[in-house]
Amino acid sequence: MTARRSAPSAGGAHGTPGPFAREVDVLVVGAGPAGLVAAARLAASGAGRIEVLEREREAGGVPRHCAHGGFGTRTHPLTGPEYARLLAEAAGRAGAVLRTGVTALDWGTAPGAAGAQGSGTGADTGAQHGPVLPGVVLNAVGPGGPETIGARAVVLATGARERPRTARLVPGTRPAGVYTTGELQQAVHLFGQRIGTRAVVVGAEHVSYAAADTLRAAGAEIVALVTEQLRAQVPVTRAQSARLRHRIPLLTQTTVAELLGHGRLSGVRVRHRDGRTAVLSCDTVVFTGDFIPDHELARRGSLALDPGTRGPAVDGFLHTSRFGVFAAGNVLHAVEPADAAAREGARAARAVLGFLAGAAWPGPGVPLAVEAPLRWIAPNRITPAARPERYVLRTAAPLRRPVLYVHQDGRLLHHERPVPAAALPHRTLTLTARWHHRVDATGGEVRVSVR
Amino acid sequence: MTVTAQGPLPTGSYDVAVVGAGVVGCAVARELARHPRLRIALVEAQDDVGQGTSKANTAILHTGFDAAPGTLEARLVHEGYERLGAYAAETGIPVERVGALLVAWDAEQLAALPELAQKAERNGCHDTSLLGPDELYAREPRLGPGALGALHVPGESIICPWTTTLAYATQAVRAGVDLHLNAKVERAHRGTGEDHLLQTTRGVLSARRLVNAAGLHADTLDRLLGHEDFTVTPRRGQLLVYDKLARPLVRHILLPVPTALGKGVLVAPTVYGNVLLGPTAEDLDDKRATGSTADGLAGLRDKGRRVLPDLVDEEVTAVYAGLRAATGQEDYRIAVHPEQGYVTVGGIRSTGLTASLAIAAHVTGLLQDTGLDLGPVREPQPLTMPNLGEAFPRPYQRPELIAADPEYGTLVCHCERVSRGEIRDALAGPVPPRSLEGLRRRTRARAGRCQGFYCGAAVRELFESAQNEGIRT
Ligand SMILES: Cc1cc2nc3c(=O)[nH]c(=O)nc-3n(C[C@H](O)[C@H](O)[C@H](O)COP(=O)(O)OP(=O)(O)OC[C@H]3O[C@@H](n4cnc5c(N)ncnc54)[C@H](O)[C@@H]3O)c2cc1C
Repeated sequence: MTARRSAPSAGGAHGTPGPFAREVDVLVVGAGPAGLVAAARLAASGAGRIEVLEREREAGGVPRHCAHGGFGTRTHPLTGPEYARLLAEAAGRAGAVLRTGVTALDWGTAPGAAGAQGSGTGADTGAQHGPVLPGVVLNAVGPGGPETIGARAVVLATGARERPRTARLVPGTRPAGVYTTGELQQAVHLFGQRIGTRAVVVGAEHVSYAAADTLRAAGAEIVALVTEQLRAQVPVTRAQSARLRHRIPLLTQTTVAELLGHGRLSGVRVRHRDGRTAVLSCDTVVFTGDFIPDHELARRGSLALDPGTRGPAVDGFLHTSRFGVFAAGNVLHAVEPADAAAREGARAARAVLGFLAGAAWPGPGVPLAVEAPLRWIAPNRITPAARPERYVLRTAAPLRRPVLYVHQDGRLLHHERPVPAAALPHRTLTLTARWHHRVDATGGEVRVSVR
Repeated sequence: MTVTAQGPLPTGSYDVAVVGAGVVGCAVARELARHPRLRIALVEAQDDVGQGTSKANTAILHTGFDAAPGTLEARLVHEGYERLGAYAAETGIPVERVGALLVAWDAEQLAALPELAQKAERNGCHDTSLLGPDELYAREPRLGPGALGALHVPGESIICPWTTTLAYATQAVRAGVDLHLNAKVERAHRGTGEDHLLQTTRGVLSARRLVNAAGLHADTLDRLLGHEDFTVTPRRGQLLVYDKLARPLVRHILLPVPTALGKGVLVAPTVYGNVLLGPTAEDLDDKRATGSTADGLAGLRDKGRRVLPDLVDEEVTAVYAGLRAATGQEDYRIAVHPEQGYVTVGGIRSTGLTASLAIAAHVTGLLQDTGLDLGPVREPQPLTMPNLGEAFPRPYQRPELIAADPEYGTLVCHCERVSRGEIRDALAGPVPPRSLEGLRRRTRARAGRCQGFYCGAAVRELFESAQNEGIRT
């Protein structure tokens, strides 16, 4: 199947030139690991015209600016940019069209959908190709102008971002020198910009240590890592190496209470859980972690969100609540490693292929929720036909030798001791899907708790 | 066109020097610039126009319905509302006439509404109406439970304060006003030829007439001129800005019923498509205390939760604090000292944005009272400002613009949908930004929910290369 192009029509009332309208088979939004792998698989399987929209000037998503290693496989380790390039090239080779500098803005109405106005000239062209699926329509914009793209299926792979200082409601002045890791990495690794000389890193998870490495590469001294938690959420060796080899102090059970300075940051006031406060003088502060799915497009399309992850709610085959729309990668669960996002991209591709081949769109299914101190779980909808590979979860508090329990309507479906035996906040915790067949598809919410 | 930010100031004498390039000072400079014979300087301590209270307010175009009737403020707000409304339509400053609802949450507040309606009437605001709870909830379905009724003030509007100040400054500069930035006035005295000699951080500037529009510092400058008329007490207002995804939650400006303690905390849409919650009202003595506090933010969230419960679950994109110039009097402190050739524009409290054009006209009249001959009038060239408002097509939504220049279809700041073309234009503008913050106020770049996670470095790159270009050429 090839793209069906029609004269500008959608949106243009009475002969005014509307946006350029086209149709593709699958439209993928976001060229990060999830989107690129989904597109590569779909193109390689002959699913027709596969187009990827990426709003940045280069494909690759977040790994583009993760100059450090930690990507690829154990046998074939890669840096972020290498990994990003590899995935982009693979998608291109498979025949997917990567369109960078193009932003998906919001949703349009499908021309064939009930309720859409007038069946203008497009009607007979459509008829030649047999009945066109109601499909999904997205409005996009790029240097070529606005366009309306109809697709038989859409994969949302818009990723996740760190919550900035404002969203964390950290009080104080509004000086320059306040970063997230994403901005810091781009500033240093993509643009070679100057940072500061003395930096405080907020957080002590993987991404925080990556930020510390970037700061050191940019020539800044690291005053401290600051975390509200009891300990760092990385393996002991990583934390020790930072503390001993690079002499970076780790302040635990400590929060940033205030930013100081006019014009440029002059320091941060920190508060220990016991009430003591101190001022760390610095000209740079990096707020790391605290990821949130980039769910704007999902919300604009009225996709049901999961209250825990704040990403689109999906079943084990990554169907969202909207017909024809799938979602994969960190937009579902901020934030898992790149290879997890990539695997979900592949899984979404399989589900899309099934859908294009005529598989029915599932109903909303049974919701899956967690109890405190668990924070979220994904996927978070259970439909009978769509057993996931596994579930990922997060806990808000450290758990030693936890046991996860799965209940539905008071009935115990399953319990399991996850590996590894200790669970930390901001670290992946997984649950198998072995209990999937025990769920009553007509029953109430399934709940996961921990003891 | 002259904007200077460094080096010594020109040696000749100006006819008028306006001190302070906030919304009021810029409006005065623009009004004076209609008289081509006058040589005018606009002198500003900071590196950009509108860096003081003008950038950090609640961005409402007030009808003046609740002003103290008979005051100068009431008159100038009423007149300024009309003038700025018309000027905004002409220049493309975003304004949305959303209207305000003063919501009563208890019997006492409900009982106060009719009197407020009468006061509005006396202030020339004739179209208010009282709403019962059903009508109120029909208009604001997401309002928290327990509201008893409201006073509807349809004229209350929201406006872009940054574009307003920049429009005035741009027109003033284009018409020949010299804008001198980074020039803080530290001393003032009379020279031999009756000129004011202003000692600034960039050297001496002389002018025959002086307008003091120094905002929070108007009392300090007034004292330098030998007057002890008033003291400015900074009243801090902390505000939270919620992400665009919160915008559908609210349709009007939601005001509390005013009390003796001030106008209280409001929830209002912004022209950028956000939702504002604030301000607090804290009397301080530090004119630099523009920081937010944990208590302040917690208090706002408690109030916001009551008014619009779903709001506080949305992401906060900005937290800021502005300082209003309170003087302990319920009116502006505008005074002319003819023998000195000096006009003070002090105590422009929380209505200065609305009243700015009327204040400018009033101050120009006072300057005439000092014997200033304005000379002939030449209307300024029409101006079209870049649109930052969501109610009007943004560049990325304009096919004809993108067809002519694809840079308008290339988005750099994704959350706010700011194109490279807009950033390029702002950097090349007649009053260009000198910091990333200045660029943000001109384009909204980096102002969104990610606060630069995606675009921060790219925007900085564009800004820095323009600065380097500027140095080379
Ligand atoms: C600082 C940091 C360090 C990390 N280090 C590691 C590591 O060492 N190892 C590891 O495995 N993982 C690491 N990760 C995590 C890894 O980067 C992510 O798991 C991975 O990028 C997720 O892929 P994704 O496709 O879901 O999202 P993303 O990579 O975020 O890609 C989403 C893409 O969608 C685009 N997009 C969004 N909205 C639109 C729209 N409306 N229109 C068009 N395009 C759009 C975005 O521009 C982006 O390119 C790190 C993450 C960070 C932030």
